[in-house]
Amino acid sequence: MKNMSQYKVEMPVQDPLVRNKNFEEVALGYTPEMAMEEAARCLGCKHRPCVEGCPVSVQIPDFIARVAEGDFAGAYRVIRQTNALPAVCGRVCPQESQCESRCVRGIKGEPVAIGRLERFVADWARENLTGEEVPPVFNGHRVAVIGAGPAGLTCAGELAKLGYGVTIFEALHTPGGVLSYGIPEFRLPKYIVAKEVEGLQKLGVEIRTNMVIGRVESVDELMDEGYEAVFIGSGAGLPSFMGIEGEALSGVYSANEYLTRVNLMKAYREGYDTPIRRSRSTIVVGGGNVAMDAARCAKRLGAEVTVVYRRSEEEMPARREEIHHAKEEKVQFRLLCNPVRILDDGNGNVRAVECIEMQLGEPDASGRRRPEPVAGSEFLIEADTVIMALGTSPNPLLHRTTPGITVNRRGCIIANEATMATEKAGVYAGGDAVTGAATVILAMGAGKTAAASIHEYLSQK
Amino acid sequence: MFKIIKKKQLNSAVTLMEIEAPYIAKKAKAGQFIIFRVDEHGERIPLTIADSDAERGTVTIIYQAVGRSTIMLSQMNEGDSILDFVGPLGTATHLDGYKKVCVVGGGVGNAIAYPSAKALFNNGAEVDVIAGFRSKDIVILEDEFKAVCSHLYITTDDGTYGEKGFVTNKLQSLIDAGNQYDLVIAIGPIPMMKFVSKVTEPYGIKTLVSLNPIMIDGTGMCGGCRVTVGGEIKFACVDGPDFDGHQVDYDELMKRNSFYKEREHCDVDTCRMLNAKPE
Ligand SMILES: Cc1cc2nc3c(=O)[nH]c(=O)nc-3n(C[C@H](O)[C@H](O)[C@H](O)COP(=O)(O)OP(=O)(O)OC[C@H]3O[C@@H](n4cnc5c(N)ncnc54)[C@H](O)[C@@H]3O)c2cc1C
Ligand SMILES: Cc1cc2nc3c(=O)[nH]c(=O)nc-3n(C[C@H](O)[C@H](O)[C@H](O)COP(=O)(O)OP(=O)(O)OC[C@H]3O[C@@H](n4cnc5c(N)ncnc54)[C@H](O)[C@@H]3O)c2cc1C
Ligand code: SF4
Ligand code: SF4
Ligand code: FES
Ligand SMILES: [Mg+2]
Repeated sequence: MKNMSQYKVEMPVQDPLVRNKNFEEVALGYTPEMAMEEAARCLGCKHRPCVEGCPVSVQIPDFIARVAEGDFAGAYRVIRQTNALPAVCGRVCPQESQCESRCVRGIKGEPVAIGRLERFVADWARENLTGEEVPPVFNGHRVAVIGAGPAGLTCAGELAKLGYGVTIFEALHTPGGVLSYGIPEFRLPKYIVAKEVEGLQKLGVEIRTNMVIGRVESVDELMDEGYEAVFIGSGAGLPSFMGIEGEALSGVYSANEYLTRVNLMKAYREGYDTPIRRSRSTIVVGGGNVAMDAARCAKRLGAEVTVVYRRSEEEMPARREEIHHAKEEKVQFRLLCNPVRILDDGNGNVRAVECIEMQLGEPDASGRRRPEPVAGSEFLIEADTVIMALGTSPNPLLHRTTPGITVNRRGCIIANEATMATEKAGVYAGGDAVTGAATVILAMGAGKTAAASIHEYLSQK
Repeated sequence: MFKIIKKKQLNSAVTLMEIEAPYIAKKAKAGQFIIFRVDEHGERIPLTIADSDAERGTVTIIYQAVGRSTIMLSQMNEGDSILDFVGPLGTATHLDGYKKVCVVGGGVGNAIAYPSAKALFNNGAEVDVIAGFRSKDIVILEDEFKAVCSHLYITTDDGTYGEKGFVTNKLQSLIDAGNQYDLVIAIGPIPMMKFVSKVTEPYGIKTLVSLNPIMIDGTGMCGGCRVTVGGEIKFACVDGPDFDGHQVDYDELMKRNSFYKEREHCDVDTCRMLNAKPE
């Protein structure tokens, strides 16, 4: 029997005023009963519009039908056919602009909670299925993957299943990419990332951390050592600053630095040595997921937090759920507002930020209305910490040290969209390194495409 | 895991260690650094590569125990292993084509300056070294420097060894005596690098300094290591750590470096290294 409720089955969450003081997961996930009730909202549409909204084509109606029947193991098998990291995607995909945006139930009421169901199934499988993966027989070919983010992990997994000997080279001490250093524990618990990585290792993938390719070894050297193809999934980790006065003051962080201290180095936990500023008042500049994550971390570390964004809420690129959660947690928002300079307390520390009000003018190249300053509207916000979450671009290290690879104006590696092949034979690239900062699922999609191309390339060789 | 092959105490606060890290040893060049993490709870801490031996697969670090992480490292012994050791990071110092160079080191900065002196000397340059220390009991690397330079001048602030005075006085007197350097390398405390750069500036002598801002990743990802050089933001871990000494905003660097000082020093008493011994 179909559930014709206009609303999604609510997912239990921690109370906002409790959770804004801890780093435990915000959303607690469905129970089997809730999942089955929500699954019953899916109409099993023949033309499958939702599937088209998913960059990796998860067979949504099929897996949801199994959830509705209580066949969670079957649902998991369906999801895993196309998505290697469902526990991650169910939590962090911007469903409102992907799968759920196409759901027919969303025309009148809320769409089916595809993300929550995917998360439920993946979590259920992690706890209930034990099936040891047997490493496939080695096919004699070795492939190197640079970067252990979603793109690299996915590419490695796909190739390993085909029998390739895959080695991932990761610059940091922990694999996961942004999943480990950027997205906070309360949104994506790190044991989930670790579990996915473990799964790859069981497939025979070797992960070598502390290896900065371009420094310790070059791509060409890897190829000389017998790796017949290389996939570059090095992300877009280079932070931007505004170039305003006072940005070098102590207490001004890039979001990457702030989040790395908190997530990767666990500065929020007792017993970890990496320091972090416990601020009274923090200003976060930006309106994306990164800004929301930084703001919510700062809140949990005890600060009054204000997000300053130069356009209006409608234009904020963050997932709706993150904005909503941030507001519930008492993060303040100053929209249509932009910093013009950061003031010194006299000792080289941040004292306040001078901002100016903005108004929206004509649409710009991105189609969004261009924010323009309102003359004479400057005002001060007192703060001892400023976090710049202004977007990131690819790190130039790899392309500078790999002759034959080309980049575009924004520093993104140029790769064929259909195959992810770069202009250098045997070298493929994908994820944020190619697109600039995008999403987990798009990076995974690119990793998967590249794996298929590498397989074709090496089969023909 | 990265094994400590050799440990040697150079003075009461400065330790030399050789770490087994064959991949890094193969590539390391003067001016580059590593980042280590003692264990799962540790910070990521940068140290210059003082020497390396590709054949034995070892990297030498020389460091001063100044705070939690360096103290923890200094309490480990030969045969012990540390969890993470990544490198070589940073841009190698460009050392080709110089004829006469003065390398100026201050305190533990001498350890950071040593590989450059050695590389220059091996490239055929005439190398003068001014090694400054607070007093006699902390003098390090005297024999090592002697082997790679034409003149070694040791200065101590209190006059207990070598000449009494600061490295800047010695450098000034060498310039006054007619030495024509085409490069000065200055590595040590920030004020020392600042004042050495002031000495060389009027003569237009190219001066390289090695900056030590607070770092995390060392790959250009966090921007925490940013320094202002010639009015522009640079990330010391990738654009440096060497920069044109005449262009660096030293005062800003000094303020940024003291950001976490209070925090760490006030809880150093309860530091876990005193209770737990790393395995
Ligand atoms: C704070 C934050 C929150 C986000 N929230 C969301 C969200 O909610 N939903 C969503 O879909 N997306 C989100 N994103 C975006 C998403 O995380 C990225 O699009 C995605 O991680 C890109 O994957 P990737 O594999 O291309 O790169 P990354 O995840 O960046 O991984 C690249 C890896 O390569 C390594 N590397 C880089 N250079 C080298 C080298 N030279 N040698 C060896 N290794 C190297 C890096 O250390 C890193 O581990 C967020 C991003 C951030 C920063
Ligand atoms: C490129 C580079 C090369 C270096 N080479 C050497 C070397 O060869 N020998 C040596 O003795 N020292 C070297 N240093 C300095 C050394 O990294 C710091 O002394 C060390 O980080 C101190 O850490 P701590 O926890 O022991 O002490 P803390 O008490 O935490 O720090 C003492 C001071 O060191 C600085 N510092 C703290 N944490 C960091 C960090 N994560 N990154 C950088 N600086 C930090 C701060 O200015 C701080 O005030 C180098 C620094 C850099 C950036
Ligand atoms: S992977 Fe992402 S886009 Fe695809 S179905 Fe799952 S939540 Fe939706
Ligand atoms: S569009 Fe919505 S209702 Fe239709 S199959 Fe997809 S999830 Fe189910
Ligand atoms: S240490 Fe992070 S960018 Fe330099
Ligand atoms: Mg420290």
